[in-house]
Amino acid sequence: MAAPFDMNDDSVVVIIGTGAGGGVLANELAQKGISVVALEAGGRYLPEDYINDEWDSFGQLAWTDTRTTSGEWRVSEDFPNLPAWIVKAVGGTSTHWAGASLRFQDHEWKARTTYGEVEGANLLDWPIDGTEMAPFYDRAEKKLGVTRTNDIPGLPGSNNYKVFEAGAKKIGYKEVHTGRMAINSVERDGRMACQQTGFCFQGCKWGAKWSAAYTDIPAGEATGNLEVRTKAHAARILHDDAGRVTGVEYFDENGDLQMQKARVVCVAGNSFESPRLLLNSSSSMFPDGLANSSGQVGRNYMRHTTGSVYGIFEQPVHMYRGTTMAGIIQDEAKHDPSRGFVGGYELETLSLGLPFMAAFLDPGSWGRSFTTALDSYENMAGMWIVGEDMPQEANRVTLSDAEDGFGLKVANVNFTDHPNDTAMRNHAYQQGMAIYDAMGATRTMPTPPYPSTHNLGTNRMSERPEDGVVNANGRAHDVPNLYVSDGSQFTTGAAENPTLTIVALAIRQAEHIAGELNRGNL
Amino acid sequence: MTETMSLKALTRRQLLTRGAAAGASFVIGTGFVAGRDAAWATEMDALKPETMATLIQMARDIYPHDKVGDQYYAAAVKGYDVPQEVDFVQAGIDMLNDTASQKGFGTYLDAGWEDDRVAILREIEGTDFFQRIRGGLVTGLYNQKEVWPIFGYEGESYSKGGYLYRGFDDISWI
Ligand SMILES: Cc1cc2nc3c(=O)[nH]c(=O)nc-3n(C[C@H](O)[C@H](O)[C@H](O)COP(=O)(O)OP(=O)(O)OC[C@H]3O[C@@H](n4cnc5c(N)ncnc54)[C@H](O)[C@@H]3O)c2cc1C
Ligand code: SF4
Repeated sequence: MAAPFDMNDDSVVVIIGTGAGGGVLANELAQKGISVVALEAGGRYLPEDYINDEWDSFGQLAWTDTRTTSGEWRVSEDFPNLPAWIVKAVGGTSTHWAGASLRFQDHEWKARTTYGEVEGANLLDWPIDGTEMAPFYDRAEKKLGVTRTNDIPGLPGSNNYKVFEAGAKKIGYKEVHTGRMAINSVERDGRMACQQTGFCFQGCKWGAKWSAAYTDIPAGEATGNLEVRTKAHAARILHDDAGRVTGVEYFDENGDLQMQKARVVCVAGNSFESPRLLLNSSSSMFPDGLANSSGQVGRNYMRHTTGSVYGIFEQPVHMYRGTTMAGIIQDEAKHDPSRGFVGGYELETLSLGLPFMAAFLDPGSWGRSFTTALDSYENMAGMWIVGEDMPQEANRVTLSDAEDGFGLKVANVNFTDHPNDTAMRNHAYQQGMAIYDAMGATRTMPTPPYPSTHNLGTNRMSERPEDGVVNANGRAHDVPNLYVSDGSQFTTGAAENPTLTIVALAIRQAEHIAGELNRGNL
Repeated sequence: MTETMSLKALTRRQLLTRGAAAGASFVIGTGFVAGRDAAWATEMDALKPETMATLIQMARDIYPHDKVGDQYYAAAVKGYDVPQEVDFVQAGIDMLNDTASQKGFGTYLDAGWEDDRVAILREIEGTDFFQRIRGGLVTGLYNQKEVWPIFGYEGESYSKGGYLYRGFDDISWI
């Protein structure tokens, strides 16, 4: 049967969320002839709709439904209801990701084995490894058109990159280039090359950057096997007496409760909404939440050890001109405990426009120390730290007492840095400031982490059912026809930006699900 | 942006004769606040003009940018000039003036040095009033497209074809 599908059609795979994970999975399944209904809480926006304006774009794309926060992270104090800056729209956060696309290093799949016991951390090895993932990374890099892979040239260096590169070389770094970016450096896949507009975080109006919104999702729809329902907010996953999921209740765009029957359900709502949905789907059979016999649903929330460094120079930089994140230093990505922490970090160029710089440079501060920094906005260069943070059981998503507009309990996000995270961040701040000092910076600013952009780990993969929520295929240990298909399945976060891995896992999961359907196991 | 309409027609001299000085920077008269140089003026809908003048000064003292004119600060706080905000703002400004007088100044605007006014603000920094005004300024001031060029931020670039041919890599000092 072709899309649209009937509510009572129980042969469909229902995917909740159409971001990097869900959007890719939907297309991959549709290409194999499998019927898919994708429920997306947000609306549909395409390049012509995107807005070159930070706050207007935020209003258009960001998830602004209530969330609550706790723990010692500064975000909880400065932005108590905005733990993350992520998207509610078809394509999910792939609409405003920056495009940095890196593979994990082999040892990072085995963090527990490599790093050993780290006090207070809930480290675990992934049940998969680099060899197993290599072919799926190959396919993901082709799909996303990642520069510096498949003979695709690197992007040209922007002003911000040139400061970054020259400073990095001065202090002895070797692995410095304009990144592996899911941004066309040349026309490819029917999409044009990057025009250096500098609004990658607001949705690429040229379509030069890969986003599921205008690649995988329309490709899936074109097969006739994929129906995307927009403004469809999943509320609860239902199951039968045998403990198999049978369908998904959701609120449609009119706020009416609907129920779509399903043969398989894949949860891909990002690391806050996916565990929230499982917890909100508790029943007498699953009193602690669906698929939560391990008690790990919502736990081990990771956001990468981040922070930014901005430098001010005597002369103009105009960092906002051009690609936001096309610049990387990889020398610190290795695991080298002699630095005082386990795991590694990447340094990547970053720029914010003036409105966001004002909001995020040092939230809450005022007076001349703050305003003189902004006075030199034109002469500023910026970089971002992204490093592996430690999974901790108490860093977790739970159900808050607050409710959303549908009367559903919202996610509370509790987070406190592990001492390893703090040690890594401080090291990265020193290195970042040294890079700009080497270029003659008159002032450098170690800037605190923003509301999270990388959200990982809250339904993690594990070999043993008691250690995590899903197995090596993202399949729930407790429920045979329930999958997790987004960043929440990450066992550990590695030093790299996560999306290439999310996409590779989605491609792999599609193969697995298709195989299981063929074998009659689903 | 601050609108002046009828006031705009007035010469500097006419404006000054219609109002009285408030602090170093402002002229206030019946129903309006203007810059001392009469380069801008704003008509009041709900707040008392002296209250608005104090609020504008407070906004500048929270986020002081010497290259940014008072009219942008006036625009940033103009949203409080509505009936439903009058009690909140008046109570806050009264508190600010009380704090100023405890420090030996007649009013907040009478404190001539920024450092003195900042010391007054530090005393009320923890109040809801201060925090709401400060928080509102983050977007109220910095999200005015008119101020962006003053900081060298060029804003929207898609309609101009991005920066590919307009200087994304034109840095000259490296
Ligand atoms: C500013 C920014 C820059 C970034 N840059 C990079 C980068 O350079 N490289 C990189 O690797 N990563 C980057 N990321 C991170 C990247 O965007 C995410 O890792 C990725 O999009 C996560 O994919 P996901 O499928 O887990 O979730 P998402 O992409 O967030 O998708 C989740 C989707 O589920 C929907 N949803 C949630 N709950 C429900 C529900 N109950 N019912 C229906 N739908 C629901 C949401 O609306 C959303 O569309 C960036 C992120 C941001 C914010
Ligand atoms: S800089 Fe390039 S990738 Fe980024 S929004 Fe502009 S055209 Fe798209």
